[in-house]
Amino acid sequence: MNNNRNDRFGLGWMGSVAVLLALIALWWVASNAGWVSRVFLPTPQATFASLLEGLNLSAGNGGNGELLAFTQATIGRMVEGWLLASLFGVLLGAAIGVSPAVRAWVQPTLEFIRPLPASALLPLAISIFGLNPGMVLFVVAFGAMWPVLLATVHGFAAVEPRLSEVARCLQMSRAAYIWKMGLPNAMPDILAGMRLALTIALIVAVVGEMIASQSGLGQAILLAARAFRASDLFAGIVLLGLIGFVSNALLAFAEKRLLRWQQP
Amino acid sequence: MTEGRLFRWLRPWVFPALLVGAFEWYARRAAALGSDALAPPSAAAKAFVGAAMDGSLWQATGFTLGTAALGLLLGAVLGIALGLVLGLSRRAAQLGSVSIEVLRPVPSVALIPLAMLGFGFGVRMEVAIVAFATFWPLLVLVQSAVQQIEPRLLEVSRVLGLSARERAFKIVLPAIVPRLFVALRLGVAVALVVAVTVEIAANPHGMGYAMMIAQQSFDPALMLAWLGWIGVVGFAVNAGMVRLQAWVARRMGVQP
Repeated sequence: MNNNRNDRFGLGWMGSVAVLLALIALWWVASNAGWVSRVFLPTPQATFASLLEGLNLSAGNGGNGELLAFTQATIGRMVEGWLLASLFGVLLGAAIGVSPAVRAWVQPTLEFIRPLPASALLPLAISIFGLNPGMVLFVVAFGAMWPVLLATVHGFAAVEPRLSEVARCLQMSRAAYIWKMGLPNAMPDILAGMRLALTIALIVAVVGEMIASQSGLGQAILLAARAFRASDLFAGIVLLGLIGFVSNALLAFAEKRLLRWQQP
Repeated sequence: MTEGRLFRWLRPWVFPALLVGAFEWYARRAAALGSDALAPPSAAAKAFVGAAMDGSLWQATGFTLGTAALGLLLGAVLGIALGLVLGLSRRAAQLGSVSIEVLRPVPSVALIPLAMLGFGFGVRMEVAIVAFATFWPLLVLVQSAVQQIEPRLLEVSRVLGLSARERAFKIVLPAIVPRLFVALRLGVAVALVVAVTVEIAANPHGMGYAMMIAQQSFDPALMLAWLGWIGVVGFAVNAGMVRLQAWVARRMGVQP
């Protein structure tokens, strides 16, 4: 029975990959047969060739592909902004969330700012800081901070009241309360917020590169589109999808490991 | 008693008032030192009234909201349809899983240049990107909503010998309505953010572009007015969706 289920699971997985391959085959047919103009939809093999060339992997290439450097720049911006966002989000969130009085005064403002698109801050940041890498990093960090901040505030607000009573009975200092009760309790919320923050960080990094002309994948795909180099454009989109996929998978894995103590 | 109510009503406004006051002071000092990068909020309020009077405010707001709504409609219809299929059929869900996991993490803004190439500037490119961005969350949430339907409901539909279409419209859709509205609430938030982002990055229409052009023409007062207005519109739309969703949940007998 168990064996049978494993077998079916394996088959299902293979079928699932086959569907993906079928989609790629459809792309191949559609572009090669000219159903869709190749100006918009390059063939898979052209995209693959652009990827290899950009990453300096193809034979007989002088080694002037820039995709690797662009990818590194975008990942660097995303990760730096995300780390800053996580740090400040947790610090500010803990400071606000630990005190019900501060929560009552500040939280309505936070709820008002939450739906504001992070990219809407780009024009303001440009006029304050000018067009430079620090400006993009600031907007990435600021935009990605909100989910972490609000999740931390929520996690602290949702501490079981009896735990707070225990802390009061034990005469725990505020620092000890934050460290031993608040943070562990808010951990699942914080990690979920950090995962959302990573997605936002990638999006804002790409938009920032497009607007502020900072070198990176965002600028690369915009220039490729303006020059009608569709295969280079697709190569960039593939790399961005890969960054999103890998970063999300890594964080999901880390989340599972870090929250293992919570499972019964 | 009334004093306490007044206090509670005023309390949320204190912190923003302090922030605005500090910004006003800072911007005036910067202006006195000869910087024209910032404007005090009072000037922004004046610029806002000007934009509201000459109609540019309403036109740009209408464009952004209309395009976001169209994109959400397209993304939601496709996402709900595929979510229903994947939620009802375990085999379909298994077959689609790898493709979905591979395509879903593509950041929606990466498609801005592609949409520019394919559709040019205007409504169509923005609708396409908003639809792509809202498709995935709706697909995932509807699929999980369908998978959590009480199994006995599906058994009933089988016993009654309902066709697939009847089953979808008479049993499944009504059963997932509360969760569907939770998904739509998220979709609305995503659609607005993506629409404004597309306008800031590329599309020369709407609120995002109006803010961008105000910055580029060194009109910081108008830029701040747009920033504040985008915040107000986003907040109002989201608050409306929260209300709608709570109302639907109450009508469908779900305890919030």
